[in-house]
Amino acid sequence: MLKYILKRLGIAIPTLLILIVFSFVLMRVAPGGPFSSERPLPPQVLANVNAKFGLDQPWHIQLWEYLVGIITRFDFGPSFAYTDRTVNDIIMQGFPVTLTYGAWAFVLAVLIGCALGIAAAVRHNTWLDYLAVGTSIGAQVLPNFVMAPLLVIVFTLWLGWLPGGGWRGGQWPYVIMPVIALGTSYMASIARITRSSMLEVLSSNFIRTARAKGMPATHVIVRHALKPALMPLLSYLGPAFVGMVTGSVIIDVFFSTGGIGQLFTNSAFNRDYSVIMGITILLGALTISFNLLVDILYAWIDPRIRY
Amino acid sequence: MTMLEVTDLSVSFRTQAGTVRAVDKMNFSVAPGQTLAIVGESGSGKSQTVMAAMGLLANNGEVEGSVKFDGRELIGMKSGDLNKIRGQDMAMIFQDPMTSLNPYLRVEDQMVEVLMFHKNMKRKEAIDRSEEMLKTVHLPDPRRILRRYPHELSGGQRQRVMIAMALLCDPKVLIADEPTTALDVTVQAQMLKLFAELTDKFNTALIIITHDLGVVAGLADEMMVMYAGRVVEKGSVDELFYDPRHPYTFGLLHSTPHVQQGRDRLAPIKGLPPNLTNLPPGCAFNPRCAFRFDRCVKERPALIVREHNRLSACFYEGEMTEHDMEEDLVHDREKDVAAT
Amino acid sequence: MVLRPIRVQAAADPIDVNDANYEVSTKARSLWADAARRFFGHVPSVISLVVLILVALFAFTGHFFAVWSNAEIDWSVLGNVRVAGAPSLETGHFFGTDDLGRDLYSRVVQGSQISLMVGLVGAGIAVIVGTLYGAVAGYFGGRVDSIMMRFVDIMLSIPYMFVLILLLVVFGRSISMLFVGIGLISWLDMSRIVRGQTLSLKEKEFVEAARAGGAGHFTIILRHIIPNLLGIVVVYATLLVPQMILTESFISFLGLGVQEPLTSWGALISQGAGTVMYGTLWQLLFPLFFFIITLFSFYFVGDGLRDALDPRDR
Repeated sequence: MLKYILKRLGIAIPTLLILIVFSFVLMRVAPGGPFSSERPLPPQVLANVNAKFGLDQPWHIQLWEYLVGIITRFDFGPSFAYTDRTVNDIIMQGFPVTLTYGAWAFVLAVLIGCALGIAAAVRHNTWLDYLAVGTSIGAQVLPNFVMAPLLVIVFTLWLGWLPGGGWRGGQWPYVIMPVIALGTSYMASIARITRSSMLEVLSSNFIRTARAKGMPATHVIVRHALKPALMPLLSYLGPAFVGMVTGSVIIDVFFSTGGIGQLFTNSAFNRDYSVIMGITILLGALTISFNLLVDILYAWIDPRIRY
Repeated sequence: MTMLEVTDLSVSFRTQAGTVRAVDKMNFSVAPGQTLAIVGESGSGKSQTVMAAMGLLANNGEVEGSVKFDGRELIGMKSGDLNKIRGQDMAMIFQDPMTSLNPYLRVEDQMVEVLMFHKNMKRKEAIDRSEEMLKTVHLPDPRRILRRYPHELSGGQRQRVMIAMALLCDPKVLIADEPTTALDVTVQAQMLKLFAELTDKFNTALIIITHDLGVVAGLADEMMVMYAGRVVEKGSVDELFYDPRHPYTFGLLHSTPHVQQGRDRLAPIKGLPPNLTNLPPGCAFNPRCAFRFDRCVKERPALIVREHNRLSACFYEGEMTEHDMEEDLVHDREKDVAAT
Repeated sequence: MVLRPIRVQAAADPIDVNDANYEVSTKARSLWADAARRFFGHVPSVISLVVLILVALFAFTGHFFAVWSNAEIDWSVLGNVRVAGAPSLETGHFFGTDDLGRDLYSRVVQGSQISLMVGLVGAGIAVIVGTLYGAVAGYFGGRVDSIMMRFVDIMLSIPYMFVLILLLVVFGRSISMLFVGIGLISWLDMSRIVRGQTLSLKEKEFVEAARAGGAGHFTIILRHIIPNLLGIVVVYATLLVPQMILTESFISFLGLGVQEPLTSWGALISQGAGTVMYGTLWQLLFPLFFFIITLFSFYFVGDGLRDALDPRDR
């Protein structure tokens, strides 16, 4: 098990390093960046950047400084657009917002998706099954940037129940639509995956054995079918997590929640490279750790995998 | 006294290609301590017969007829009541020990749940009883086996676990669906010995499904040969082995290697089993039959009583020899039949 | 192979066991003919295919019917888009106008072109690069395989959407940069799938036979492995097209993709969504309609192809 974890770490750590180096190189070569002299930067910013990277230093020393800063102090350096703020300040402003509705969306998508998928498989070929299949097909073509405006049309324009944007410190009317818009398509995918793997498990030989032993139906499902049926879902959680992290950019922009995605796009338009890099690396680290966690969980749950 | 009585049991499946009748009007019964073998090629409906009896058919399967266990009708029984019989009074052993045990649960967990559910045992007590049963099926070091996951056991060990699991509640009827097919030959022999020993010890009625006549010879009292969902011949093992009355039984016997007789070559049955959605007219076996004549293509032979307790479904009344199976002779003889 | 009676009424004649009464039908249809028959027997797939053809026709011939060009501003509706810019046959704005008074019909036609192009080119790159990469990794196996697939693993665990945006920001927003960016990531999954298939294919007898016959590695890969992968590649490519369209739409929704006056479904949806509050719903619904039916159809066609080419589930 330890060997397996080390092996996974052997992928995770280089990935993260490659991501950081790649981002840094991009920033160095970027036209109009602080390292080129095309665009006059505010003197204060230039001073900040100089203090951080040492503009007269060769690039590998600068990269080293950047890496060491991130790894030891979690320090992403100064902003290239704002004179008085660091990247960390900016990220910390938006991160809690995204984390709040992102976590809700993720948890609800997994819970509802699982429940729907299991129910559909157990009641195979009934109206419940058709409903679940129909929903999941429909939601497949309703990604977050389609869901968001449709939700606003219905709940804000027609019904007038919910505000069309804003955050207000995370009061619940402001959280609902972001959560639904972000989570729906993943909920549908999770339902589809759970349903088909549950159907496969339910028709497997060991379930037949359990039934032949006279085990009651609920016991067969909970005790015998649930764990194997949820394994494929576990491997989907990684991609779902990445998808939601990415989708949050849309949500933040569309609902003006002030989350990390909004900061990201603002910085993209402002060419605030260090913020873009900081956010990319942070979210990269987040997804890589999450995938690592899922991999370890997978190996831990499936008794057949022992490394 | 019969333990399990099957009357006019039919099984059909709704498929995209229409309704397929996998089993057609089966009748048989087994008594305690007796062993019945159901023999046939794959697709002959032998497995579906017992699946129907156990209520384990796939969702698109439909059952007609009656299956009585100890006088109680199982077909149409409420699942709660059926669950009290399954695993307790009627137990089943499956073909493939690799996939028939839950890979995610320890042997222990899969065994004790049977006792906890049917016998209301406490876990501790159930573990002791399971250990005892593993000893009965000659598994060494049962305590350690209990803590194992199925993938950590060999094929033979897994099948022994399956058997032990089926015997936990001293079932009155034990159904074994190709219990030795997936195992090595040496392990097969051990398993057969184990079955013989156990039916003797517990006075269990055993139904064994197989396509291996070696298994039948070593174990069964009675045998029933199925072809295309119907019984074509039924009787005691000795009678059927030494004096088969149906060309299919005859063919099966002659396509099986035999140590004592030491045949030079085997005579396989030509052709393939028929497609159940599109059975040939008349006798389902006729396209492959070496003894067929014009009546066989027009009419379906009924399963009729021959002498004492023997049944067979064939129009041909003459002698069958191995010689008849050779092609040129078959051809000549058919001309003779047609000429008369 | 099916045994079936062909001359039942003649049974009174002597029966010739060899072949007279029963024929063994062994005529093998080719895999592709068989798949086509299955595919066209499946109604949803066929309808979806027709829809896709219609969308493509709309995208590439729609401009012949347009009254206004996609960049022209109808000054008469400006300032009163909510009423004067509504869809109407009389004004020639079949789909209405956008909030700048440009003809939405022309813009949707033009946006459909871009979105379909991105989808097809992205999937095309994935097919070529992914198939070759995966086939080479799978065929050679061992160290080559583990290094090549480790690289794919690393690429896959990078949040590519952010990297893509990073690229677009650094190198300027342009359609060609978008193609490069999408091309960079689209082939990764494909290469994994192809590698898995190749691993099992290379053990097959015909590959062994080719090797015994002295064929070189790359001849074997190109002549024997890849043709046998086509089925799964076709299916996966069909499912990749909507994913590429989604990716492009995502980027364009953020305003980082295609630049004006060019547009795409994502950009149009974004603009339509931005003006939803002013009651000009058509600006969202027309591009959304084309976007949704196209995605739907690609998924259905992909599913249909999968069932047709891989009939194991039946």
